[in-house]
Amino acid sequence: MKDAFGTPQSLLVLGGTSEIALATARRLVARRTRTVWLAGRPSPALDSAAAQLREMGADARTVPFDALDSESHEETLGKVFAEGDIDMVLLAFGILGDQARDEGEPMAAVRVAQTNYTGAVSAGLVCARALQAQGHGSLVVLSSVAGERARRANFIYGSSKAGLDAFAQGLGDALHGTGVHVMVVRPGFVRSKMTAGLAEAPMATTPEAVAQAIETGLRRRSETVWVPGTLRVVMSALRHVPRPVFRRLPV
Amino acid sequence: MPVTGWGRTAPTSAHLVRPRSYEETVAAVRECAAPGRRGGIARGLGRAYGDAAQNAGGAVLDMTDLNRIHAIDADGGTVLCDAGVSLHRLMEVLLPLGWFVPVTPGTRYVTVGGAIGADIHGKNHHVSGSFARHVLALELLTADGEVRVVERGTELFDATAGGMGLTGIILTASIQLQRVETSLMSVDTERATDLDDLMARLTATDHRYRYSVAWIDLLARGAAMGRSVLTRGDHAPLEALPTRTRRSPLAFRPGQLPAAPSFLPEGLLGRTTVGLFNELWYRKAPKARVGEIQKLSTFFHPLDGVPHWNRIYGRSGFVQYQFVVGYGQEEALRRIVQRISERGCPSFLAVLKRFGDGDPGWLSFPMPGWTLALDIPANLPGLSVFLDELDEEVAAADGRIYLAKDSRLRPDLLSAMYPRLNDFRSLRARLDPHGVFCSDLSRRLSL
Repeated sequence: MKDAFGTPQSLLVLGGTSEIALATARRLVARRTRTVWLAGRPSPALDSAAAQLREMGADARTVPFDALDSESHEETLGKVFAEGDIDMVLLAFGILGDQARDEGEPMAAVRVAQTNYTGAVSAGLVCARALQAQGHGSLVVLSSVAGERARRANFIYGSSKAGLDAFAQGLGDALHGTGVHVMVVRPGFVRSKMTAGLAEAPMATTPEAVAQAIETGLRRRSETVWVPGTLRVVMSALRHVPRPVFRRLPV
Repeated sequence: MPVTGWGRTAPTSAHLVRPRSYEETVAAVRECAAPGRRGGIARGLGRAYGDAAQNAGGAVLDMTDLNRIHAIDADGGTVLCDAGVSLHRLMEVLLPLGWFVPVTPGTRYVTVGGAIGADIHGKNHHVSGSFARHVLALELLTADGEVRVVERGTELFDATAGGMGLTGIILTASIQLQRVETSLMSVDTERATDLDDLMARLTATDHRYRYSVAWIDLLARGAAMGRSVLTRGDHAPLEALPTRTRRSPLAFRPGQLPAAPSFLPEGLLGRTTVGLFNELWYRKAPKARVGEIQKLSTFFHPLDGVPHWNRIYGRSGFVQYQFVVGYGQEEALRRIVQRISERGCPSFLAVLKRFGDGDPGWLSFPMPGWTLALDIPANLPGLSVFLDELDEEVAAADGRIYLAKDSRLRPDLLSAMYPRLNDFRSLRARLDPHGVFCSDLSRRLSL
């Protein structure tokens, strides 16, 4: 069960090698979390992530999960929920793709969309139903500022996150009053292995800062969390910039 | 629908059932026991601060419709009533007959069932002990769907007293009452300038009073740390009343103000407002006043005057923190008060009290020693870590945390705080092997 401050005792991470997810897991394990499920494609990185959490005292287990294989989500995730209540699901999988290449290779672009959007739709719905049945829990969805307004430089990734963001908001409204809390997290540029080698955008942040924002968001039962918080203001201005101007902006 | 405790934190959704008869209650419990269900828990008036009367995904049985008073022995001073009867109702009925509930907490709006389940205490704990000590017998609906008569002194009784509703559903209870001549209180008020002064005064003269409590200003720092107002008293004898009131000495008319609105913003109770309130509250108290006649409700239940007062903390709610440390652990108490005061926790409802002997309930909270209760807005940054640190201090001093108020304790500290926890767990495993009775509290702390 979550405590008065929204800190979960059990956590399911979808996308178990995500740096943001692991920073969050470490932070929560240091507080109250005892059970952690890391769902992801089997890999040495996934195993070592689990080992690291075990060292911190958590009962961390891995579970094979492929975002692209939507058909399997029901069965894979059903097994996890059958083992006991999950207080928090962190939907953290996603790929950035390579905009320049993906524009020329439609199938690569579709893979970004399928991972980030359709994979999240099936996994999100499966988890939402399980959380609703247990009457409590938080579904934390890692969206991105890129989804707030699609940019020339990464609109394939951006559009997939826009879809995910809209889906998560709608799901949150659908689950309002059921005891299940859906929180959309919109980080800006996060310095991590996913963005390694890319030019840093203004107001860049770190996985640890996102983790901290998630913990605060859980305490406040927030529905939307921006990291850093100033992005909320910046983006609400950018949202209204006319297209001809927005196109020319160096963002 | 989403349910929370009085602190309005951690809402979870449950199926609310409102049985209107014993038969409906039995049927509801059978329903909870069906395969695939997530059990049930009894709920009274929802005054437990944390998640004791919540059951995510399962059933919450609102017992307040079972509210008949079956029999009153006006000579011997006992009452037999349903568990859904509130202490408020008991006072309304019993005071005109010259009887009063044996123990009352800071609110009248708790049910008899809740009072036994949490084994509540009041300002008279140092004299009278906890509520369950005055319960002669009760009827308990257990997981197998049977109704058992549970006499005082039995194992099941001691597990149920303070058992947070996890042994079954209390249907009725017979309670030994307290004889009173009037419905008014004779109250002595005095100020203590700091924590040492307060503890000295309480230690020296508490035994002279049936009821005793100290309001403490936890925001005061330095030399004034722990400054407080002691209010102690007893039921006023008839001759102490002014002539006009003497004509109807047992009248019970608690006044009530309008309810707190539901749209109050967060952060109303910050360091500034609470600091100001505490300053005024301390200054307005007389340095020493003896024999003041007060209404029952003023003395015992000042907050009941404002319905839904818990809304003043806004939507993120608040946390109650109540612990007890034994006599001889005054240093630990002093350290904790100092940490709270240094951190500036805005608490305007903090009270300190001396407990008497411990009570037989296995998970009963009171033990001989000092208990401090305070309320803190849940959205205070860093509060979670801070309270964990206080828990460590409490555990190191062999103290404990009150489960009826808890919403955040770290589970591994519990067995040190409640040495009979394992007995409780094994009795539950025997009596309720499939976990028909469970709550968010029992899941969170693995009770």
